[in-house]
Amino acid sequence: MSQEVCSLKKQLKEKEKEIAALKNKLSQLERSHDLTQQLHDKVTPLTPLKAKPALSNEDIMRYSRQLLLAQLGVQGQLNLSKTSVLIVGCGGLGCPVAQYLGAAGIGRLGLLDYDEVELSNLHRQVLHGEENQGQAKALSAAYAVRRLNSTVECIPYHLQLSSENALQLIQQYDIVADCSDNVPTRYLVNDACVLSGKPLVSASALRMEGQLTVYNYCGGPCYRCLYPVPPPPETVTNCSDGGVLGVVPGIMGCYQALEVLKIASGHGSSCGQQLVMFDAQDARFRSIKLRPKQAGCAVCGENPSVTQLVDYESFCGSAATDKCRKLNLLSKDQRITVQEYKSVLDNAEPHLLLDVRPLVEVDICHLPFSLNIPLSSLEEKKSEHLQLLRERISQLKQQMAGDCRPPVYVICKLGNDSQKAVQLLEKMSESDIDSITVKDICGGLLAWAKRVDPTFPQY
Amino acid sequence: MAAPTVIHLEFGGGAELLFNGMKEHHVTLPSQSEPWDMKQLLVWIQQNLLKERPELFVQGDSVRPGILVLINDADWELMGELDYQLQDQDNVVFISTLHGG
Repeated sequence: MSQEVCSLKKQLKEKEKEIAALKNKLSQLERSHDLTQQLHDKVTPLTPLKAKPALSNEDIMRYSRQLLLAQLGVQGQLNLSKTSVLIVGCGGLGCPVAQYLGAAGIGRLGLLDYDEVELSNLHRQVLHGEENQGQAKALSAAYAVRRLNSTVECIPYHLQLSSENALQLIQQYDIVADCSDNVPTRYLVNDACVLSGKPLVSASALRMEGQLTVYNYCGGPCYRCLYPVPPPPETVTNCSDGGVLGVVPGIMGCYQALEVLKIASGHGSSCGQQLVMFDAQDARFRSIKLRPKQAGCAVCGENPSVTQLVDYESFCGSAATDKCRKLNLLSKDQRITVQEYKSVLDNAEPHLLLDVRPLVEVDICHLPFSLNIPLSSLEEKKSEHLQLLRERISQLKQQMAGDCRPPVYVICKLGNDSQKAVQLLEKMSESDIDSITVKDICGGLLAWAKRVDPTFPQY
Repeated sequence: MAAPTVIHLEFGGGAELLFNGMKEHHVTLPSQSEPWDMKQLLVWIQQNLLKERPELFVQGDSVRPGILVLINDADWELMGELDYQLQDQDNVVFISTLHGG
């Protein structure tokens, strides 16, 4: 009798175990069934993230190599599983952050990006693939994290973070990683983190350099303590203008993931009052001690003037995107369209085409008959370049016999620098150089590629 | 009369582009009766190293917003900012904040 009871009890226990495993599997499958249906275009309330009572056998196997670390251990791993992290921007920084946090077993990942995947992203935004082009980056990142670790709850947000939605969103997460690419968003994320009391792990990268700091953490400074006044917009360079080597945001994003994991596990970050600078060219990391939290800070100080989110685009004087600005410096009669320039070529009208991009960009592509003098050389009035320009203008004059103001058309990538060059050349005309008629080609080589010659490269 | 002050200047985060792309500069500040301070150093840099577009580096008598100044690996706010008196062999870094990602 008692033997039968024992056996039944044992069987029952096994079945219960089986049921629990099936339930677990079902919920995981349901959760990750179709992320597309879960793509959020607005902020909605989330159910609270529940703490796991213990690690499952699968957890133990999956995380075994990090469980062995005294700095993490079982408690650290359990802490990760009950932490939610919002990643603002799923680009060059956001991809490695999401990847390593997902792999390490963070409980919930909010993946936010308003943009779609483009071919020119893939060299650095390594969670996205060729087949994801045109797809929301948030969704593409969520799919990639799910492939890596289906036990992590991913919430993709295809929206622009704004003063209207930032607080509601950030309040629902424990830690925020700023992986954005523009100044207004950096101030917005900072203020929202201060107002909701969340630590902000912030990194940035450009060209061959990266920077990282943890803000609003353990009584340390916030972004505004360091940068109370935003930089003048004309001094800010973005990745699409200045370029970036893909591995540089990769390294900084990995560093960011590391600091998030240290905070989430309970170990703590030591970057709270520190700036980490990475110089890829000299292969050098440097840590700088920063000022403490500032009593006079506008948002985290003793008498804050910013007590709710403001209009960050007007505060910074620039748009919350890393897309290039379009300048409008010239009048209509100082500019021609690419189609008009095409007919100048077709009619074989004598002229000079001046390409004012830096040499490194001219090497990527150029129109074969153009003369390259970078804008910076014109600004500095470099003598060898001015001499070259004078020679070409005098050749043109001879060719035109009689016309005293030969036409010079100026081109660049997008049509911003070329406008500055037109202004400069107009000032130089009749003094530094012979008198010329100078015009800007609207929209630059990108417009040429789009509207005149589709075989011309775009970058 | 104090001896000339030798300092090591560094520019980074893109600020080096205002100085012909040169990140490191070893400079000797001429002797003067009082020790050099940061305010005077900024004027000296403007007159001796920075030839073009000073508005991208300075604003008023300080650096423009978005440039962080580090003196001997510490935020200059901890060192007295413009009033900091330079010592021989000091290391001064001007770093432009990056925003890309």
